[in-house]
Amino acid sequence: MSPTNLHMYALATPLIGAFAVMVLGRYSRRAVAPIVLGVLSFSFAAALTVFLQVLSGGGFRYVVGNWLAPYGIELSVDHLGSLMQVLVSGVALTASVSALKSVANDLQDRQHLFFTLYLILIAGLHGLVLTADAFNVYVLLEIASITAYGLIALGRGRAIVSSFNYVIMGSTGACFYLLGIGYLYILTGTLNMADLARIIPTLQSGPALATAFSFCIVGLWIKMAFFPLHVWLPNAYSDMPDGAAVLVAPLMTKVTIYLMIRFMFSIFSPAYEFIQHAGVQQIVVGMAALGIVCASAMALGQKNLRRMLTYLIIAEVGYMVGGVWLANTQGLTGAILHIVNDALMTLCLFLAVSAIASRAGALDFESLRGLFRRMPVTMAALVVAALSMIGVPPTCGFFSKWYLLLGGIQAGQWLYVGALIFSSLVNAVLFFRVIEIAYFRTPDEGAHGSGHEAVPIREAPAAMLQPLVAAAAALVVVGLATGPLVQHVIRFALPGGF
Amino acid sequence: MNLQPSTWPLAAVLISLLGTVPILLSERRPNLRETWTVLISLGKFAIIASMLPAVLEGGGYRFTLAEVLPGVAIALRVDAMGMYFALVASFLWILTSIYSIGYMRALDEHDQTRYYASFAVAMSATIGVAFSANLLTLYLFYEMLSLSTYPLVTHKQDAEARSAGRKYLTYLLGTSVALTLPAMILIYVLTGTLDFSVGGILAGKADASTVSILLVLLVFGFAKAAVMPLHGWLPAAMVAPTPVSSFLHGVAVVKVGVFSILRMVFFIFGTGLLADLNLGAVLTALASVTILGASLVALTQDNLKRRLAYSTISQLSYMILGAGMLTTAGMAGGLLHLSMHAFGKITLFLCAGAIYIAAHKSNISEMDGLGRRMPVTYAAFFMASLSIIGMPPMGGFLSKWSLVVGAIDGGQLLLVAVVLVSSLLSAAYFFPIVYRGFFARAAGENGPEEIREAPILCLIPLSVTALFCLGLFLWPSLALQLIQMVVSP
Amino acid sequence: MDAILTEIIAKYNYWIYVVLMMIGFYAMIGKNNLVKKLLGMNIFQTAIILMFISAGVKKGGLIPIIDKQAALEHGVNSALINNPVPHVLMLTAIVVSVSVTGVALALMQRIYRRYGTLEENEILEKMDR
Repeated sequence: MSPTNLHMYALATPLIGAFAVMVLGRYSRRAVAPIVLGVLSFSFAAALTVFLQVLSGGGFRYVVGNWLAPYGIELSVDHLGSLMQVLVSGVALTASVSALKSVANDLQDRQHLFFTLYLILIAGLHGLVLTADAFNVYVLLEIASITAYGLIALGRGRAIVSSFNYVIMGSTGACFYLLGIGYLYILTGTLNMADLARIIPTLQSGPALATAFSFCIVGLWIKMAFFPLHVWLPNAYSDMPDGAAVLVAPLMTKVTIYLMIRFMFSIFSPAYEFIQHAGVQQIVVGMAALGIVCASAMALGQKNLRRMLTYLIIAEVGYMVGGVWLANTQGLTGAILHIVNDALMTLCLFLAVSAIASRAGALDFESLRGLFRRMPVTMAALVVAALSMIGVPPTCGFFSKWYLLLGGIQAGQWLYVGALIFSSLVNAVLFFRVIEIAYFRTPDEGAHGSGHEAVPIREAPAAMLQPLVAAAAALVVVGLATGPLVQHVIRFALPGGF
Repeated sequence: MNLQPSTWPLAAVLISLLGTVPILLSERRPNLRETWTVLISLGKFAIIASMLPAVLEGGGYRFTLAEVLPGVAIALRVDAMGMYFALVASFLWILTSIYSIGYMRALDEHDQTRYYASFAVAMSATIGVAFSANLLTLYLFYEMLSLSTYPLVTHKQDAEARSAGRKYLTYLLGTSVALTLPAMILIYVLTGTLDFSVGGILAGKADASTVSILLVLLVFGFAKAAVMPLHGWLPAAMVAPTPVSSFLHGVAVVKVGVFSILRMVFFIFGTGLLADLNLGAVLTALASVTILGASLVALTQDNLKRRLAYSTISQLSYMILGAGMLTTAGMAGGLLHLSMHAFGKITLFLCAGAIYIAAHKSNISEMDGLGRRMPVTYAAFFMASLSIIGMPPMGGFLSKWSLVVGAIDGGQLLLVAVVLVSSLLSAAYFFPIVYRGFFARAAGENGPEEIREAPILCLIPLSVTALFCLGLFLWPSLALQLIQMVVSP
Repeated sequence: MDAILTEIIAKYNYWIYVVLMMIGFYAMIGKNNLVKKLLGMNIFQTAIILMFISAGVKKGGLIPIIDKQAALEHGVNSALINNPVPHVLMLTAIVVSVSVTGVALALMQRIYRRYGTLEENEILEKMDR
């Protein structure tokens, strides 16, 4: 196991684990948990090692199977990719602890199938953050999506229909992306990102290149549920089994945003006229602002905690897309930071949702009454995540919002700045509404009046609490570590020209 | 100023935050829990007091936790202004803790553990604000204070508490996110730093209109200072148990708001800049309106705690008024009023609580004749109201005197009139209470015969604070020395 | 008019794929029946595959299977050989598209078992109940 191969092992172990779970899990249900946890712990450790290597020794490019680029497949292990790999593997490991418990409750004898898909999805995400080939992005994106379709379909109620709608929308997005790649290939004759980046500036053909760019970007927007291409997300994410939601909700949209950053700045460059075009910037950032406002407003209309969160994911996508398209250092720093932070926040929120669901059953606001007494730890973690979503220091949400606001001010995008502040206020309203219900109303209010009598504490199982507390702690730790994170990682992750 | 690196500021902030752990763990043993609370409050005061000599020598301490943004760290520093506020707050916390024990046990309140734990967190946040080295750290602790006091405000957990809690967070969180945060970012964009430094950081970095926008954003953004029209949360918060109202909404929370605004005036804007741009008038105008408006509303309130709340709103603006005068005497008066009002108002609230425990009455119109049954409480109430009105021989006289001198120095005779008129108004809303207590006859057969004084644990703190109102008039040197270091560095 | 016509005829392969794509896209978005949606998706994907393939073809090009010995001796005249890369890419794309279709068909079966129909509006009606 040479040290330069570690990132490959981080990618490959979930894939191998997926088959192991498939085969062994069929015979013994008890084989599932050790395999999943073992594989993901290894993957996380490997990703972390690679990340530390990259921090000390700088990024490198890796050629798979000795077929030299641009013909062979290349992986790029740089600061940004490596950071994302740590994020993906860390979130996956944390989520899986909780998922093992909730899936054991939800899908008794189909656990091994669930975790087969689960691990392939993780392998796909690992691939996405490392690949340096534009076509591979398409393939890996579909691997991640197809497994996600399957995971969603395992959910409750109308999950199958939501999953089918997601198939249609997701495939449309993938087709758009593939179409764009087709244009790029016809124009340049290569699919390697570095090669593309070398050739594109020499091209003359404006409209064709712009078409390629727009097709790819729109395709990615559909995949990440950027407003107004978001309609598939709320149903799909709220009908998923909780075990899948804790993985998919934090990672899928965030990784797609990472891909957009890669596409815009590793294939194209910040100097590309379409990105620099003031009108285009105005429109995209304006759309992001509109998306933030609309998604926040729609979240206000929800009566179910899980559904409310899905709309918040859409709002957060607006944060990041807007931040990237501000096209200045602060904005892009904020967007990258927010990818990390939002992944952690969403993880914490969905872990809390999963824990609440395991005890309270339903998640509509009425069934949250009196939860502070019954599940104090879970609610405390939910409050931390809520503070981060609102943007209260020292939680990490504050700092990425800070950079995004700075970027917005620098670019003079006042609409976007206003939308960010509006969304903070709406988040405050949303979460305090939930907290108020959980804090004030006791479940048997009708029978006992105001009811201060002791309600027994009935916390979620430890396997769900531990990851939740870890995620909540991570929100504060990452918040306090923002300085070093920006200085030692994200500064290097910014593409040349920034 | 020579600030030594030290972990003492951190210890001063953290002791009560970490203190929540033993408090929560001893939930089933109330005596142990209350012992912890008192010990922690004593420890906190001791740590803060131990840093006093260095501050008096013109030095201080600093502590940097982490640099989170380029040029901005989460950092603490102990200087004269922070020390002044921290001393007052931590000293009064000891008394409030003792009083809380008496009050909560006398009323047999529910969820006492949560109460003491939240109180300790709130105290950490208060000292954190006092010792913040920059605007970001201050904002952090400011928000922490808003959130940690929410369970205290809504302690009763009934419908009234719920709507009060809603109002509380809407005002405090809403303004800080919508006004303070943008102002903070704007300052960062303009100057590249958020550090508090003597003489301000904005001079030469921003034009007059930007500075005035920032000033308005920050005065209203720190809504804890309850400058009208953002004062509505304070009367609503009076549904909280009385020790909370007395300490948090007479001292800690509201003074944190004022303290933050004063920090901005002295260390972000700089009094020189405000004087050059003639912006002191913005502060004095807003403050004057609040002083007079709130005094008038206080006259109409029958609920004792609500009357005190409006009185607080009015008195808080004295401090902003003093800062807005931009004269040495005026600023000193404003700062001095911070401690004078703290001791006076906490006494009044503690008395209100004692009356509630002893007689279960909260409306002034029902309090006829109570003074003869509760002479200690009413005597303390009388002394404290004299201090708030500003009559010698009480501490409040010194601060009002200094304010009047400051106004005359600055040639702002209108402000002299504001101070005098509002003093008359405060006399008009305090004296009837005392008069009714001692001289009015109770109507009906349900006379106050069976009413006795509140428990001894309640009486001691309020007597101590009342005596301090007197003591601060006779020996104000420590406060004056610290204030002098702030206003003429 | 003539110029446009020549343009269309000269690049007829691209026009075919554009037309196919629009048909597919319309079916995906506009049709009520889930099978038709899926068919639309397949047509869409086929159109893209056609585009890639036709981009790799050269007039009179040979199949890209080359004798190693000859290539080493004389070199390769790439103008005479069709570009194999798009074909390879599209093999992968076909695999992806088949997998997605498979998943979608499986989902559709379960939808039919549960709701007894594949018309979207009827499913929505039954869902509300």
